[in-house]
Amino acid sequence: MHKETNSETSRYATPLISAGSRTLSQRERKKHTFLLFALAAGMFGFAFALVPLYDVFCEITGLNGKTSAQAALLDEIDKSALPLNREVTIEFLARVARGMPWEFRPVEGELVVRPGEMNTTTFYVRNRSQKTVTGQAVPSVSPGQAAQYLKKIECFCFEQQELSAGGEMEMGVSFFIDVDLPADINELTLSYTMFLVGDIGHEQTASHHE
Amino acid sequence: MVAHAETVQTQRHPLLAFAARWLFTTNHKEIGSLYLWLSFLLFFVAGLMAMFMRLELFEPGIQFVDPLYYNQILTLHGLVMVFGAVMPAFVGLANWLIPMMIGAPDMALPRMNNFSFWILPFAFTLLLSSLFMEGGAPNFGWTFYAPLSTTYGPPSTDFFILGVHLMGISSIMGAINIIVTIVNLRAPGMTYMKMPLFVWTWLITAFLLIMVMPVLAGVVTMMLTDRHFGTSFFQAAGGGDPVLFQHIFWFFGHPEVYIMILPGFGIASQIIPTFSRKKLFGYHSMVYATASIALLSFVVWGHHMFTTGMPLIAELFVMYATMLIAVPTGVKVFNWVATMWRGSLTFETPMLFAIGFVMMFTIGGFSGLMLALVPADFQYHDTYFVVAHFHYVLYPGAIFGTMAAVYYWLPKWCGHMYDERLGKIHFWTATAAVNLTFFPMHFTGLAGMPRRIPDYSLQFADFNMVSSIGAWLLGLTQVLFLYIVIKTIRGGVKATDQVWEGAEGLEWTLPSPAPRHTFETPPVIAQGNEQ
Repeated sequence: MHKETNSETSRYATPLISAGSRTLSQRERKKHTFLLFALAAGMFGFAFALVPLYDVFCEITGLNGKTSAQAALLDEIDKSALPLNREVTIEFLARVARGMPWEFRPVEGELVVRPGEMNTTTFYVRNRSQKTVTGQAVPSVSPGQAAQYLKKIECFCFEQQELSAGGEMEMGVSFFIDVDLPADINELTLSYTMFLVGDIGHEQTASHHE
Repeated sequence: MVAHAETVQTQRHPLLAFAARWLFTTNHKEIGSLYLWLSFLLFFVAGLMAMFMRLELFEPGIQFVDPLYYNQILTLHGLVMVFGAVMPAFVGLANWLIPMMIGAPDMALPRMNNFSFWILPFAFTLLLSSLFMEGGAPNFGWTFYAPLSTTYGPPSTDFFILGVHLMGISSIMGAINIIVTIVNLRAPGMTYMKMPLFVWTWLITAFLLIMVMPVLAGVVTMMLTDRHFGTSFFQAAGGGDPVLFQHIFWFFGHPEVYIMILPGFGIASQIIPTFSRKKLFGYHSMVYATASIALLSFVVWGHHMFTTGMPLIAELFVMYATMLIAVPTGVKVFNWVATMWRGSLTFETPMLFAIGFVMMFTIGGFSGLMLALVPADFQYHDTYFVVAHFHYVLYPGAIFGTMAAVYYWLPKWCGHMYDERLGKIHFWTATAAVNLTFFPMHFTGLAGMPRRIPDYSLQFADFNMVSSIGAWLLGLTQVLFLYIVIKTIRGGVKATDQVWEGAEGLEWTLPSPAPRHTFETPPVIAQGNEQ
């Protein structure tokens, strides 16, 4: 076995370069190889670092239509800066994600609101399945640049909802539009997608059996 | 003892000895040949898929190929051409040429070199085997956008993911090997600014590979965990974002397109001076231009995503940064033309391919500028105009570049001259066919024909018929190329050591064919006199 390896080496190995600087260059080569592998590993990590970076970037700039997951405070309204005659139309959309057995729609299709004033609207939801289902709504604002100016004081999207079989309810959203909303935005859309959380209820099935 | 082992060697079955020779080889020339043959094979495999697509697109309506199957061969055509044909061909050329150009006895890490090649056949077996699986091969295009590839991807997507991981490992190891070789094994006196441009462009390409292939590995890993381990990197339901996929993918994807063209720039910069019998015009500016193109490639990925709802300021930044790339690229084109200016030009086949490269790559570059314009891109996006653009930079760019290189160095590799008459026929038919195939796509794209769809409205019928005829002719010309290469390897007029009258560089000081081991003692390079 050992002999075999020997002969393989002699047949296939590279002749080493000029004997003089051999050990030195061997060490240099090892160092460079190591550094380059480390760079590759670092870039693999960088791909994953892009995920939180992307979220942070979106949160700071409000790009991509992601609204803040935190409730805003009413004190944030600067009453003195209220523009008197500005009106903004806000449209509401609701849809359910694949596999979600709920009916979900806005009660009002749109509202005309004044920046800086409190507004409340409701969304209707009904569980069409025979089982208990938990859902989570994810909001999105279009145009994306407007997302950071839509401040929600209270929203059903801040928590999960649970509906028993056939259950229905109306869920409220309280929000105001920041007075700093850029002048060229006069219409915006707030849309919610309702996602299924976990599996479609097991407990309900159990109670059926009883 | 050694003598005894040698006798054991010779008693092996010849087939076994043949397999062992190629499986265990650590010789840079043999590994270079393996890379080139594998890429040639995969070029035909992916080309055959293109032939089927053009067959379906010959006339409007669905005639030959089921739309679901069309999506699969479309995806694999892209993946195999990018990762199987263009990239391994350039790595093969690097293996053959870089040690001979810098006066090194071999690559710095010969065993890793062997390993990086032998991963590839397994990677492509995994990828191509998905064609025969239940549910079919990946069908979401070579860009594999989420959620098409995560929520809606066929089961075989996991084979694709594993295949991409293997290709990535292979490329990263290949790139590390190239950098370590160039940095450590240059012959005494070969300063960085005396290196041939092919070596320079590959050094920069290798850095690009090390920077972006791990990001590709990262994004397919996220896909894998999204598909099977309950994460939601790209799923809004769990707080993720499908647009994030596009950002990470194109952070890899844009430098990737330069990986596929920079070595081609290097090849043109070797060939044009030889047949102009002049030194390359503006050597230093060529090096700096290549480096600036590589650096800029990291900040322009957004131009693939103009229609995703990016904010205006980001669109403007990306647009200007993209147009800025035209400056160093223009410097390169200028330098190639200036090298030919008042040279004693002759037009052997490698020179023809190199000039074709410069001309038609520039056409592709200009349509790239059109696509970079934010207001215009909304119309071009996802149309055949994009298909025309990237095929112009890849076919007469990357692939003509590789063919120029093969014609130019093949006499050095195998010791025979190729058949000049056949070479010229190959060039002129391929040039006619490439334009016949891809030029009409500009028009159908501008008129609104969407890409990646097996059917189209009637008004696009004539141009598509022309494209299909061109594509089949183009496929045939490559069979001629295969014939020419085999014929040259088997025999032909004996090549001299210098091969070309105007050729300069260390590889031309070696005998033709180049012996298995070269520069075991490093050559001495004259002091001073930098290019």
